[in-house]
Amino acid sequence: MKNVLSIAFATFAAVSAAPAQVGFDRILQAEKEPQNWLTYSGTLKSQRYSTLNQITTGNVKNLELQWVYQARSLEKYEATPLVVDGVMYTVQNPDDVVALDPVTGRVFWTFSYTPSPDSRPCCGRLSRGVAVLGDKVFIGTIDARLIALDARNGKPIWNVEVDKPADGYAVTHAPLVIKDKVIVGVAGGEYGIRGHIDAFDAATGKQVWRFYTIPGAGEKGNETWAGDSWKTGGASVWVTGSFDPDLNLTYWGIGNPGPDWNGDNRGGDNLYSDSVVALDADTGVLKWYYQFSPHDEFDYDAVQVPVLAEIPWPGSTGLRKVMMWANRNGLFYVLDRANGQFLLGKPFVKVTWMKGFDEKGRPMKVPEAQSSREGTLIYPGNQGGTNWYNPSYSPATGLFYIPAWEDYSSLFVKQDAEYVKGQQFGGGGPRNLTPPVVAGGFNYRKEGEQYGVVRAIDPKTGEKKWDFPMSDVTDAGIMTTSTNLLFSGGREGYFFALDARDGKLLWKATLGGRVTSGPMTYSINGRQYIAVCAGSSLFVYALRQ
Amino acid sequence: MRKIALVLLTAVSLAAQHEATDAKYTKTDIGIGNRLYIANCIYCHGPEGDQISGVDFTHGKFPRSRSDDDIVKIIRDGIPGTGMPAQKMEEPQIRTIVAYLRSLPASAGQALPAGADVARGKVLFQGKGQCTNCHRAQGAGSYFGPDLSDIGMLRRAVELDQSLSDPNAVIMPPNRMFRAVAADGAAIPGRILNQDTFTVQLIDSKERLLSFQRSALKEFSPINTSPMPSYKDRLSAAERADLVAYLLSLKGIQP
Ligand code: HEC
Ligand code: HEC
Repeated sequence: MKNVLSIAFATFAAVSAAPAQVGFDRILQAEKEPQNWLTYSGTLKSQRYSTLNQITTGNVKNLELQWVYQARSLEKYEATPLVVDGVMYTVQNPDDVVALDPVTGRVFWTFSYTPSPDSRPCCGRLSRGVAVLGDKVFIGTIDARLIALDARNGKPIWNVEVDKPADGYAVTHAPLVIKDKVIVGVAGGEYGIRGHIDAFDAATGKQVWRFYTIPGAGEKGNETWAGDSWKTGGASVWVTGSFDPDLNLTYWGIGNPGPDWNGDNRGGDNLYSDSVVALDADTGVLKWYYQFSPHDEFDYDAVQVPVLAEIPWPGSTGLRKVMMWANRNGLFYVLDRANGQFLLGKPFVKVTWMKGFDEKGRPMKVPEAQSSREGTLIYPGNQGGTNWYNPSYSPATGLFYIPAWEDYSSLFVKQDAEYVKGQQFGGGGPRNLTPPVVAGGFNYRKEGEQYGVVRAIDPKTGEKKWDFPMSDVTDAGIMTTSTNLLFSGGREGYFFALDARDGKLLWKATLGGRVTSGPMTYSINGRQYIAVCAGSSLFVYALRQ
Repeated sequence: MRKIALVLLTAVSLAAQHEATDAKYTKTDIGIGNRLYIANCIYCHGPEGDQISGVDFTHGKFPRSRSDDDIVKIIRDGIPGTGMPAQKMEEPQIRTIVAYLRSLPASAGQALPAGADVARGKVLFQGKGQCTNCHRAQGAGSYFGPDLSDIGMLRRAVELDQSLSDPNAVIMPPNRMFRAVAADGAAIPGRILNQDTFTVQLIDSKERLLSFQRSALKEFSPINTSPMPSYKDRLSAAERADLVAYLLSLKGIQP
């Protein structure tokens, strides 16, 4: 009895003691309060790097499960929770929002949401997370709405349309808060949508600006789409962007052009599909872009979180403001984030669709590397050398970390595609020569046949530093800490800690379901916690006391 | 689950067998189609595609279809009012099945010689052939080798004959043998049941279900030759045909 009371009291104290107001200044300087995790990727630089240092390479072996939140959903759990002043906010798929006590896992409130039956996301009825600002929590839903909730009780404050779910639009990524605005983009690249990124006034839900990821008639870039193909060209957005306050630029990765696997009727580069765009955060006006995969027929969405850092760069005095990017197309890039200048591009897995870059940093495509009626074998395959899985950059080691797929190719088959509003608009599809290991099923793969790795890359050279290989491929994100820890997992249900310097395994736990999310960390009353989603549950660890 | 693995293996073997087929389809198509066929169609249509009366894929009997497109449509939409269900599959996948169905005639006619006898085959299986030393069928025999209780639903006569004459020609991934060497140096050969980054699971010749941490093993490596002897010379062609007839009759464990 006494225990119960004291825990209840502690929780109460934790919540009431701290102000619930999360001004944007706090999000901007999120690295100064590592006990919280205030935005999807930890900070607006999106490094997924924490300076919490209670858990170290020496004591990580003493991690112990604290609590589990079992979501009432069997969908892939891809969300990263937020922790704000003693409250954890996360999702229960598809679009419920839950506020939990981060010490015990007890639920404060749940916002239950039933998406419109019109919603038809291609690849999972799920949300990758929420955003906070002031006293509100924001979620983008699979029926393409943006909803603001009262952080205290989960009651909706406003609920606005981002686009029409019946036409194939959805929102699946965690919104990004910049200043007084909430920014979201639309998924639906398999449905012939025309992608866009929108900013909404956090107070009212009123749309402030919209950036179309495909330029309209008469706009610059529209000429990169043959005929009317731009109207149904996809270029979706389904992972969260980043922000540089000095440049006032917000960076977003843009998805594949549509129809995905048949480029016949969309001759041209198809801007800004498979690109990173740098937008003025106040107006949404495009400042620069870089296209990773011009005229793509292999579903190489540039759906990676742009990772920002300041690193020494040959030929530059002082540190250079760069953006690091391991792309689905199998190449690792470093760009100057002030102007989009191409600094480095290098394959991190086997790549057969291109054979180098021209002097401007444009990939030189292999002419035969085209989707075809009989099928063309291309590396990397359709899921990519990596995918949306959260990468991490550690200023402590200076290394960039990604989940990657080795020995992975697809046969890309082209078919006719006719656009019908709201219907799949793929124009063929990939055939994978090595079938996936069924979840919970048997892995009979041969040695060296299609497997996943956690890979450390030196961003200055693009060279691999080390690999941590797994028996199956991985969809797990990565988090690093200033104590040289790296947390990740994989499809086999292991959650593990590696030494970020050399990839040595330090600790592991079996969670029994695929890890398909990025781990995060927070601290409450001086105790550091590590959270990760696997299967349909959220698991939280701390050091044994 | 086993089904899935078997599917894989066959893909490889068949792709190799059908070198000379309709140029429209590649070997890879046929291989993938074979895999999908085993997983989705074989229980109704049978390994030779002739189990439904009036329909016989091996002999080109498609009463309701003229073109490949017709077949694609049937597979996608099913045939309402009959036992043929619509398949939840993307068109490229369906095309590979058509490729496989079209490849079947090329290896037809290699089926059983006249006079092959199931009853004699069963006697050979349990007696002279010593198959039950390693295999289990219909609830009897060793657990060490693959369980053959439903092999007749999964393999064609040509494939079974090849297994008997040349067991090394094609070893399906789930049937692979590994050698695990424990810390004390004891070597344990066994058939792989499962594996992941940190562990492996085997069944050994003593029929034990074993699980090891990879880190606790001195060695864990595949044995690339089959422990199964070739029956090319041990048994006559007629005896092998009897055995194949018996194996083809195995369509699941009879209670
Ligand atoms: C549940 C049993 C069942 C399954 C599973 C099944 N079929 Fe059928 N299929 C049938 C039956 C019964 C018919 C005959 C229908 C009739 O004409 O009366 C048929 C007919 C067909 C035909 C028509 C041939 C023709 O031209 O008349 C094709 C082609 C076919 N099946 C292919 C497939 C393929 C390929 C699969 C697997 C992807 C499959 N079937 C799975 C039961 C099945
Ligand atoms: C010494 C043990 C041993 C004996 C005796 C043996 N087998 Fe095998 N057999 C195996 C093993 C192990 C495999 C799996 C590896 C391989 O494919 O060769 C196998 C594979 C097979 C396969 C292929 C299974 C598949 O999934 O395609 C068939 C069919 C088969 N055996 C039939 C027989 C028959 C019939 C006999 C008796 C005439 C026999 N075996 C005797 C060990 C044995």
